[in-house]
Amino acid sequence: MSYRLGVDVGGTFTDVLLVDEDSGATWRAKTASTPADQAVGVLHGIERVCAEAGIGLTEVAQVLHGTTVATNAILEGKGATVGLVTTRGFRQVLQIARSFVPGGLAGWIIWPKPEPLADLENTVEVDERIASDGGVVRPLDEDDVRRQLGRLAGRGIQALAVSLINSFADPAHERRVAEIAAEVLPGVPVSLSSDVLPELREYERTLTTVANGYVQPQVARYVQHLSEGLRQGGVTGDLSILRSDGGLSAAGAAVAAPVTMLLSGPAGGVTGAVWVAEQCGYRDLITFDMGGTSTDVALVRDLAPRIGRETKVGDLTVRASSVDVRTVGAGGGSIAHVPELTRALRVGPQSAGADPGPAAYGKGGTEPTVTDADVVLGYLPSALAGGEITLDAEAARAAVSKVAEAMGLESPEAAAAGIVDIVNENMLGGLRLVSVQQGFDPRDFALVAFGGAGPLHANALGRLTGAWPVIVPPSPGVLCALGDATTSLRDESARTVLRRFGQLTGAELAQVLRELADEAGARLAGQGLAREEQAVGFQVDVRYHGQGFEIPVQVDPSWLDAGDPLAELGKAFDAEHDRLFSFLLDVDHELVNARATVTGPRPDVAPVHLEQGDGDPSAALVTEHPVHVGGEQVTARVYDRARLRAGDVVTGPAIVTEMDSTTLVLPGHAAAVHRSGSLLINPVQEG
Amino acid sequence: MARIVETATGEVERVDVDPVTLDLIENGLRNARYEMDEVLFRTALSPGIREQHDEFPLIGDPSGKMVVGQFGLSIPDFLDGFDDTVEEGDVLLTSDPYACGAAISHANDWLVVMPVFHEGRVVGWASMFGHMSDVGGKTPSSMPTDARTIYEEGVVIPPFKLYRAGVPNEDALRTILNQVRMPDWNRADLNGLVAACRTAGRRVVEMCERFGTATYLSALDALLQRNHDAMKVLLQTVFEEGRTLSFTDYICDDGVGNGPYELKLSLTRTGEKVHLDFTGSSPQAAGPINYYINENLTRMFFGIYMITVADPQILWNDGFYPLVDVTIPDGSYWKPAHPAALNGRNHGIGRVFDLFGGLLGQTNPALLNAAGFSSSPHFMYSGHYSSGERTGEWFQLYSIGFGGIPGRPLGDGPDGHSLWPSFVNIPCEYLESYYPLRIERWETVPDTGGAGLHRGGNGVDVAYVFEEPGEIAIHDDRWLTYPWGVNGGQPGARGRKWIDRADGTREVLPSKCHGVPVRPGDVLHFVTWGGGGWGDPLERDPELVSREVRRGLVTQEGARRYGVVVCDGGEVDGEATETLRDQLRADRPAELPVFDPGPPIEELLARCEEETGLPAPKRPVWTAG
Repeated sequence: MSYRLGVDVGGTFTDVLLVDEDSGATWRAKTASTPADQAVGVLHGIERVCAEAGIGLTEVAQVLHGTTVATNAILEGKGATVGLVTTRGFRQVLQIARSFVPGGLAGWIIWPKPEPLADLENTVEVDERIASDGGVVRPLDEDDVRRQLGRLAGRGIQALAVSLINSFADPAHERRVAEIAAEVLPGVPVSLSSDVLPELREYERTLTTVANGYVQPQVARYVQHLSEGLRQGGVTGDLSILRSDGGLSAAGAAVAAPVTMLLSGPAGGVTGAVWVAEQCGYRDLITFDMGGTSTDVALVRDLAPRIGRETKVGDLTVRASSVDVRTVGAGGGSIAHVPELTRALRVGPQSAGADPGPAAYGKGGTEPTVTDADVVLGYLPSALAGGEITLDAEAARAAVSKVAEAMGLESPEAAAAGIVDIVNENMLGGLRLVSVQQGFDPRDFALVAFGGAGPLHANALGRLTGAWPVIVPPSPGVLCALGDATTSLRDESARTVLRRFGQLTGAELAQVLRELADEAGARLAGQGLAREEQAVGFQVDVRYHGQGFEIPVQVDPSWLDAGDPLAELGKAFDAEHDRLFSFLLDVDHELVNARATVTGPRPDVAPVHLEQGDGDPSAALVTEHPVHVGGEQVTARVYDRARLRAGDVVTGPAIVTEMDSTTLVLPGHAAAVHRSGSLLINPVQEG
Repeated sequence: MARIVETATGEVERVDVDPVTLDLIENGLRNARYEMDEVLFRTALSPGIREQHDEFPLIGDPSGKMVVGQFGLSIPDFLDGFDDTVEEGDVLLTSDPYACGAAISHANDWLVVMPVFHEGRVVGWASMFGHMSDVGGKTPSSMPTDARTIYEEGVVIPPFKLYRAGVPNEDALRTILNQVRMPDWNRADLNGLVAACRTAGRRVVEMCERFGTATYLSALDALLQRNHDAMKVLLQTVFEEGRTLSFTDYICDDGVGNGPYELKLSLTRTGEKVHLDFTGSSPQAAGPINYYINENLTRMFFGIYMITVADPQILWNDGFYPLVDVTIPDGSYWKPAHPAALNGRNHGIGRVFDLFGGLLGQTNPALLNAAGFSSSPHFMYSGHYSSGERTGEWFQLYSIGFGGIPGRPLGDGPDGHSLWPSFVNIPCEYLESYYPLRIERWETVPDTGGAGLHRGGNGVDVAYVFEEPGEIAIHDDRWLTYPWGVNGGQPGARGRKWIDRADGTREVLPSKCHGVPVRPGDVLHFVTWGGGGWGDPLERDPELVSREVRRGLVTQEGARRYGVVVCDGGEVDGEATETLRDQLRADRPAELPVFDPGPPIEELLARCEEETGLPAPKRPVWTAG
């Protein structure tokens, strides 16, 4: 018998999911998170779930974990002190930051420029130069390297990043700098840009390499601590970490390339949503994860999340593959305000955060938030989080009244409805980014809603986008743990190959891709995934020669063996360009980057099945509660989700509550309880 | 005058729009406008748009008033000068500033205007212009620095139907593209402009379907009214009745030996209206630096400056235009007579930032920034490969330089950045992969930012090593006059350009030149100017000054301008700093000037050759008649 464990550590709860690999049976446990030392809560959860399953900790073969440690290091500015080594003449590459100022005309007046992740005081230049074709213009002056690195000694450097011009074309100088650094700065971890991101564009490559170094010590500490804790607690299985691209990585590999796991947390939600949708019979979906301060959305086609080439965390954008999650800076805690001058209703970007939080939380907040509007409208009846937070409806009303007064509206309900409409509209903007703006019609997708506030707003967004059904999986925390437990090992290798198709042969392309697959495959083999279990995928970034942006195109492996791979690739690119922009150009294609992705087999996890009901949810009815919808007050029935059975149909207006989430079903809609536990909301057919 | 052909009859009634729906439509328009950018950036081929994002979108109401955008393009002016019908499926194109009331201001900008039809009537306009990196003419990139007429500046396209009822006019396009050096670039960029406008059109139609045409159109009126009302209040609070404010800044020269050109702007509020008056500015230039400015564009600039601080999320639109009267004297720098040359108007557009800052800041402290990197200087390099597998192949580079953002009320000005939204530099590795050159240095120059409580951003030194023989061209400014400081802040440093020839000689280049031959091994230093400082430099935290010395952004010597003595180890010498600050305070007037432009013009001209290595330009004069 062997078991897998999915672990998700949230701000409040730690969710643990145990899967019997042979039978597919699952057990769940939810414990309080322990922010001071997350391992304590994790271990506690593991003990509980193993006890429930009646197995010993030693029977757990694998622990699979999505973590926000790297994300938080960046958001809170608490990463390592990074030393940076550049080519002479380029020490200010992060200071200049491509000269970009965000915002509109006159936006520079109000833009606070963030400090570079590596301080200029800790940046040194070395004498050397590689040309863009990989030739050596000036050899590396090793004495100079020693001198420059010596300047960093004693400055408290906790990680070193090396990013030399054109190192994507030849990494030799960077590698030699790393060797010398091991002597001059012993014990300091070194990130080389030619390893982290061997791609053209010095700013993006440098920033990504520095970000890798910036989060590395914390990630290493955390992973080491967790592994030790697990071992001491008696868990002997391997620890794997979820990558931003939704794949898993052995703990050791994750520590070496932590920049690949900046979005480990959100990726867990997306992979979990994929699994849940599949159980309900849907393969195309958009995920909608609405939390307190922000909302993440991602598009999934045929059960495969779209992978983007950029990872964004706060102000930071690095080049690392991640599930293409777009973030809208609005969530349940977003504050509504009315600028005196224009009297317009604005929601966000300011947020009440967790402290003081919305006025309704009764922790001293007085600003009107989205959650307060939800309370005023009756969508959040009594208690959140299983009764841990009691809602102060009067405080919410008082806060929202301020908006009503400023806008000259007749009632707090009218203002609350406005706040909810505006925030939903912001969410719609995010959903459009991943759908219509990428050439996809949201009506062809299901909408999977989770996060603290997602299920409350999901029905409205289904109506705005036409994405049906709206799927609300049980318990958001469990969803992420499910994601961790149901995905597979993954790694990728990438390289810049800047060549017009006219200067390239299909055989050359095939060779490059196979080399990359070998690299990634060897690494995964090192993590214990046998070659014969590995599946290989190829992707290349292509553009019309002269364009500034590439479009990623999947390469069908069969193209490499037969016929003319470049012709097939050109056709696939043209189709994608036409879909996105509705025109083609008569210009040679150009290959920019090539990538190989290697994945292991997806584990088999059997879904839970609810007890079959008779369609009537009355047994789960708790109470009734007035809600405001479309300017009218109606009575909603409130149901306890734990008591709903498969096949039950909850007709709107209704509210379905569970420990850490609340679902709103609008009038004219009905939620059917799927046997896997998800709610499927659809409009009720007229007549 | 354009004749609009609509198949629907009757007026669309105006209806009440609830405030939330209004905000929803505002949001939808904003999304559509950003989507236009995205479509163009991702498809463009020419470096000007692709890498530097030199383009401006607009969505208008049925009368052509801008409801979202950032560059009042003035569709009404365009339609006034367009003598044809406009019907569904039409896409109009022009590059002639003189034929569209300066909706665009030089022939490199190609302007696409498209009516948006829904159910047989015009419900709006989508429009966008982008800077084409080459439109033919006598120099690569089409910006000859010695041009005296627009006829020297490449193909000038009169307003015409690029698509007539959905059918492209291939003959006309072929004729136009036959005039330019890189037709693939222009074709792709033009496709991108049209695709972006069509995207906006689709979004507008979707909103009409979702909210109803009557609601949509009524919402546009309300959004225009919202700007109008907000501006009305702002004008009353910020400007004293009847008091005239004035500010003058300069363009250093016109490329053919004249300058500096005085740019004067005055403002007077009378009742609810404000009058912006360019009277007192220099006459039109003989060279190509004239900035033919549209009245609405002036209003737009003014409005954006006024509202940015009050409600940054507001949707800019034309609604407040009736509150602003604009006077632009004929034959002036701002309204030259046809066929005056226009290609190098980038300095004029940029200087408008400084001009409005200096003008409006006088009564609006939140807007009183120092002078910044108020241009988008150009660098061009072209030729034929002389060796290797590309022998004989043409290469043509066009790029924009960046410099110091000024010291601001908010804080320091970023080093080596852009005042223009969404502009980005072209990466070194990209340039080296696509052009026969190498970059030896790309860093900001310490002390070039003006000293102040909030330091001005530093200018940038980019050192290009050429690998193939060819020609370079430069469009730059602020080599003679200084980027001024404010509230006691000092001016930033001026820009400089020189070539270190492979044979060891050094050649100083004028700020505007073309056809300068270069050979392999020659090194061009393109050094841009810094931003002015904001506030008293003696008030700046000495620890911050010393940290910036250690960071290499300020030198040990430069720290003394802040009255800070920094030891060789990079630490502050507290005692010496106090002494130096006392001494500096004693040696200066008690009251610091609001504006510090550096030495007067006469003195700059007298010392020009000695300080810059370039001859002094000849001051322009208005001639009678």
